[in-house]
Amino acid sequence: MTDIGRSGAMGRPVEADKPPGLLYNIFVRNITAKIAASPMVAIVLIVFIGCTLWSVWFSFTDSRSLPNGDFVGWAQYERLFSARRWKISATNLLTYGIFSLVFTMVVGFLLAVLMDQKLRFEDGFRTIFLYPFALSGIVTGLVWQWIMNPTLGLQSTIRGLGWTSFTFDWITNTDMVLYALLIAGTWHGTGFVMVLMLAGLRSIDGEIWKAARVDGIPAWRTYLQIVLPMMRGVIVTTLVIVGSGIVRTYDLVVALTNGGPGLSSEVPAKYVINYMFTAGNLGQALAASTIMLVAVFVILIPWIMIEFGPKKAR
Amino acid sequence: MQSSVSIKDVSLNFGSVPVLQHLDLEVGQGEFIVLLGPSGCGKSTLLNCIAGLLDVSGGQIFIGGKNVTWAEPKDRGIGMVFQSYALYPQMTVERNLSFGLRVAGMPKDEINKRVKRAAEILQLEPFLQRKPANLSGGQRQRVAIGRALVRDVDVFLFDEPLSNLDAKLRSDLRVEIKRLHQRLKNTMIYVTHDQIEALTLADRIAVMKNGIIQQLADPHTIYNKPVNLYVAGFIGSPQMNMLEGTLNGTTFTTDDGTVIPVGNYAFTAPATGSAKAVLGVRPEHIVMGEEAASMPYSTDVEIEIVEPMGSDTLAWTKIAGKPVTFRCDSDVVISTGQKVRVGFDPARGSIFNAETTNRL
Amino acid sequence: MTNITAVDEPSGPRPSKGFNPKRIVIYGIIIVAAMYYLLPLYVMITTSLKGLPEIRVGNIFAPPLEIITIEPWVKAWTSACTGLTCEGLAPGFWNSVKITVPSTIISVLVAAVSGYALVNWRFKGSEFFFTCLLLGSFIPYQVMLYPMVMITAQLKIFGTLWAVILVHTVFGMPILVLLFRNYFASLPQELFKAARVDGAGFWRIFIQIMVPMSLPIFAVAIILQVTGIWNDFLFGVVFAGTQNYPMTVQLNNIVNSTQGVREYNVNMAATILTAAVPLLVYFVSGKWFVRGIAAGAVKG
Repeated sequence: MTDIGRSGAMGRPVEADKPPGLLYNIFVRNITAKIAASPMVAIVLIVFIGCTLWSVWFSFTDSRSLPNGDFVGWAQYERLFSARRWKISATNLLTYGIFSLVFTMVVGFLLAVLMDQKLRFEDGFRTIFLYPFALSGIVTGLVWQWIMNPTLGLQSTIRGLGWTSFTFDWITNTDMVLYALLIAGTWHGTGFVMVLMLAGLRSIDGEIWKAARVDGIPAWRTYLQIVLPMMRGVIVTTLVIVGSGIVRTYDLVVALTNGGPGLSSEVPAKYVINYMFTAGNLGQALAASTIMLVAVFVILIPWIMIEFGPKKAR
Repeated sequence: MQSSVSIKDVSLNFGSVPVLQHLDLEVGQGEFIVLLGPSGCGKSTLLNCIAGLLDVSGGQIFIGGKNVTWAEPKDRGIGMVFQSYALYPQMTVERNLSFGLRVAGMPKDEINKRVKRAAEILQLEPFLQRKPANLSGGQRQRVAIGRALVRDVDVFLFDEPLSNLDAKLRSDLRVEIKRLHQRLKNTMIYVTHDQIEALTLADRIAVMKNGIIQQLADPHTIYNKPVNLYVAGFIGSPQMNMLEGTLNGTTFTTDDGTVIPVGNYAFTAPATGSAKAVLGVRPEHIVMGEEAASMPYSTDVEIEIVEPMGSDTLAWTKIAGKPVTFRCDSDVVISTGQKVRVGFDPARGSIFNAETTNRL
Repeated sequence: MTNITAVDEPSGPRPSKGFNPKRIVIYGIIIVAAMYYLLPLYVMITTSLKGLPEIRVGNIFAPPLEIITIEPWVKAWTSACTGLTCEGLAPGFWNSVKITVPSTIISVLVAAVSGYALVNWRFKGSEFFFTCLLLGSFIPYQVMLYPMVMITAQLKIFGTLWAVILVHTVFGMPILVLLFRNYFASLPQELFKAARVDGAGFWRIFIQIMVPMSLPIFAVAIILQVTGIWNDFLFGVVFAGTQNYPMTVQLNNIVNSTQGVREYNVNMAATILTAAVPLLVYFVSGKWFVRGIAAGAVKG
């Protein structure tokens, strides 16, 4: 998602003698193109801008099941940040997010490096690493729920082999359930990171590698000190995509634990849906969703800086 | 002359495709060798083999008298300069120059000494703290050369180093490389597809095609005495004029019956019998007007196209029914449709056997 | 040097490095990793072929030893209980088809035209709208969910397939427009200019020149949308209405319903059935899928 708005031709009709007026510019010129692009424009204006502003606005009301409440200032936010369930959700997301981000990025990069070693069956390995990404969060959650099932899954299998004290009950253990989520989440997402990283590795000029070999730089140092810094763009993009995906985490939790045991694996996205449709407290739900929005834009900042910041002189 | 690089019977196959076929090449100490040929002729592949970036399928490579066939690139005593510069973009010029030395664990003051010397030779001192992105193409290429320079090696390898530069910079840097060679007196092996670079820089040129060296000689010989039709056609712009015909003793008869006496031509082997042959004449060896009359062969022709090139003028006409170009001084006034007398001396041309394509 | 005795000097290719320890370690790591990634697929399949008594023995990794039965599959498809009804996954499957096909077609067409207009027919503000769209793709769906519920309610389509289709079209826009825009920008502009000089207009250039040159990117877009929409859970559960629930929602209801005996084999059969369509798309399309996800992210 880097190349924004720098290429492309200007499809202007031949200018008449007089410079066209403003109204002409807005309504008549390229009229077909404007009509054709109008669905996109409408989606941007109504949904991405309109709906977002609407939600932010109503997060300052005391709306219950319908958006008709009175303006109450920051009350919903105060309530949100004092709610135990939100605190758990937010802390969970932070813990899960940091672990998941670091883990998927590091493992994804290492896998990409391994895949870059001129392996036989590279396509086969890539297919294996990436297929989880084609599956839904629901399917991922349900499979891992079954594997991590304490009575019939991995734990009982290992115990059956003779190691009777073996314990792997993360999915029902309040303290460990987030790591169960992490196992499922990274299984789902590392293939994606690997593919992006591999594309990044492959986009690096082969002569850099030759130069490094002539200079006598060992492969691991070349990866670490030369190639990795050159992949900054890919890494930032991947971080942003993975990071904003983590903030939205929803289906996986619903399928794997449904927030349990107790509230121990609740996440903000679930909090929002719960208050929006089940608990009938719209104002609270929208306040929570606004915080999610802020979180995503904080994650986006590095990417925005690179994309829209001052271009480095070439 | 002592050999600096010697390539003995080197072959390379990619799968079943032969890329280099039993190559032999001896490069003398301090010699500037240019590997010249079109893309896909194996010239870069050969250079990569010398550098150790590609494993040969057969044969041996010696550098400085040492057999380096199995040696790692860093242990071969070579420095290499690439077409895309291959600078490490996140490092300053200074780091770029010193990185390899640091990794090798060389003492700091020795590194500084070498970087300083390279920067001085290449006039890079003002840019040492800049990153490659903030340098011009020519400066970047000088840094790339500097990276080879600090390695303090005997052999420099250049892989199309000027191809990414615009025409003006290219000719500037060409002179700089030549000056560098004169100063350092290193062995240099230089790959290019640009014949001007080859002719201007090389002590000897190896013209390559299909993984085989067609001719290895000094630029003058390559230009004036090409060993076969391929080399003759590849070198020279505009191309050498080719007249097809039959050689019978010392007379050359073109396909349309024009007879051209070639008695003063220095045949490599005595001509025997009659054979299909090709007579090649460089455009600048065809003269016009009074001079033409004194040539062993001359004829009246009509000018078809005139191309003023600035320093000289190129004219198109027909000799023996074949399109022919010739070069004349830019002061000479000629125009399309004009009838002139042109002539040449076959002794300055080249005659090839039409079947074997080899020089006669 | 193994078999060279006559030559005492290095010659020819370097001695084979086929069995050096580094490569063994590399292959070792990558094979272990591959096994980890394959494990869930293996467990899904074996569990779905076992009978419940064998499952209760408690060795999840054992292959089905006693009897291989397809009964769980039949039950998952025709009679597993998805909450109120017990008609299996089949209705959910058809709901998902009814959602995925129109959503994919509509969103890809709209996005293709938008991307084309953005690249070749720029108008004032077109880049602004595109940037908004791109940033919009990062907005959590939860933020826009309720207003979208109200919009679909106003349009009197809330709780129908059309609501889900509309929502998928809207939220598929950013990535698809980006995909098409980047692709069209990479085509030679001279082609477009030449067509304009020849007097072709907006639609003629699009249909006769751009579309025929863009079949690969259409394939990528379709793959992206089919897998994405098929895998969706949130929009299905919110917008479709109970009788229109897509397969993912039905699946979650089957597995996570708390009534009765837990039939793990049926659950896994149902899970595979739900995963079958995206998996099929993935295995058949292979590199196209990779291109699709990479195109959105690493382009440029």
